[in-house]
Amino acid sequence: MSVPLTLLGLLEREPSHGYDLKRDYDTFFGRGKPLPFGQVYSTLSRLARDGKVVISDVAPGSGPDRKRYIITDVGATEVEQWLTQPVEPEPHLQTVLFAKVVLALMLDRPAADYLDTQRSAHLHRMRELTEIKRAGSLVDALLADHGLYHLEADLRWIEMTGARLDALRKEVRQ
Amino acid sequence: MSVVIEARDVTFAFGQTPALRGASVAVEAGEILAIMGPSGSGKSTLLHCLAGILVPDSGEISFAGARLDTLAETQRSSLRRDRFGFVFQFGQLVPELTAVENVALPLLLSGVRRTSALERAKAWFARLGLDGLEERRSGELSGGQAQRVALARGLVAEPQLLFADEPTGALDSLTGEQVMDLLVSAAREQGTTVILVTHEARIAAYADREVMVRDGRVNAPDRIVS
Repeated sequence: MSVPLTLLGLLEREPSHGYDLKRDYDTFFGRGKPLPFGQVYSTLSRLARDGKVVISDVAPGSGPDRKRYIITDVGATEVEQWLTQPVEPEPHLQTVLFAKVVLALMLDRPAADYLDTQRSAHLHRMRELTEIKRAGSLVDALLADHGLYHLEADLRWIEMTGARLDALRKEVRQ
Repeated sequence: MSVVIEARDVTFAFGQTPALRGASVAVEAGEILAIMGPSGSGKSTLLHCLAGILVPDSGEISFAGARLDTLAETQRSSLRRDRFGFVFQFGQLVPELTAVENVALPLLLSGVRRTSALERAKAWFARLGLDGLEERRSGELSGGQAQRVALARGLVAEPQLLFADEPTGALDSLTGEQVMDLLVSAAREQGTTVILVTHEARIAAYADREVMVRDGRVNAPDRIVS
């Protein structure tokens, strides 16, 4: 999750104070990992320094001054570019799992059992996400679905690899 | 929790082709169990043996503490009608009957009076978001609607056990998940144990636990039972 770009995106919706930005970020994107205030204000300072936001007014009060941030054209262009560029596909899990399977076969260890254990762990996580989806809001469901589809893709790889273990064993032990 | 149904070391062959080679699994009352496995692994055959549709060549099936596989066909048939519910991949609604008559079918077959059976059947339409579709025939329903009607038919008699064989296999992802959501909610509400056969991990994730069937044997992740 890119915090600066997400905050910029929220600012494109409407000018906001740091406190409101944090609240909206935590509501939609925080998911149990709220953004520290310190990070909100340091990020906003950097965005202001880089000309992506400007401070429109400062409301004095009993506490610290409340600055209102407005996105600039530079900031809006950056949001636009970020939204339209595809996210880099990251087949990260497979590289770890792939290494484990190949090594297990090389070392004559029970690769099928390792895959079974991994499948079970994946399904356990999928059950947790399914519960979140069933109990939560549509936004929760959307996020849970993202995780579920990724886990499902991993599982398909696990099934395919499991079906090819004998052939793989021959290949890596030549 | 007590075990409601159990297969012990079950074998079954279609002619010379073995489908189950010593499969064992136990399901607790109120549990939702997913039976997973690749095509041809024997998962549907195991479900059919548990449901008393097929009789194992060897091994035992027990339901509520009593042997099921040694019962005569008429007794197994009564058990299936009175204690079990079924949902299959393609709904398999009777095309000549309306949706509400399809739902009422298990009650009518159990001897419930028609008026009462139809009334109980109708109650399921609101519950499953099928309001207004009571008089439609299966050809006039979408795939998702037909499968929800099939689900209502499977649960209307408040069976102790619901057997669901790829219940979402013919549906798109979203509709399939809606059907599963309804299935799980309804089963939990009335305490029905569910045995669900699926090859889809996202569908199995609605269950409390999964077992894998491979080459006719059951491999449970937490405990190896065969």
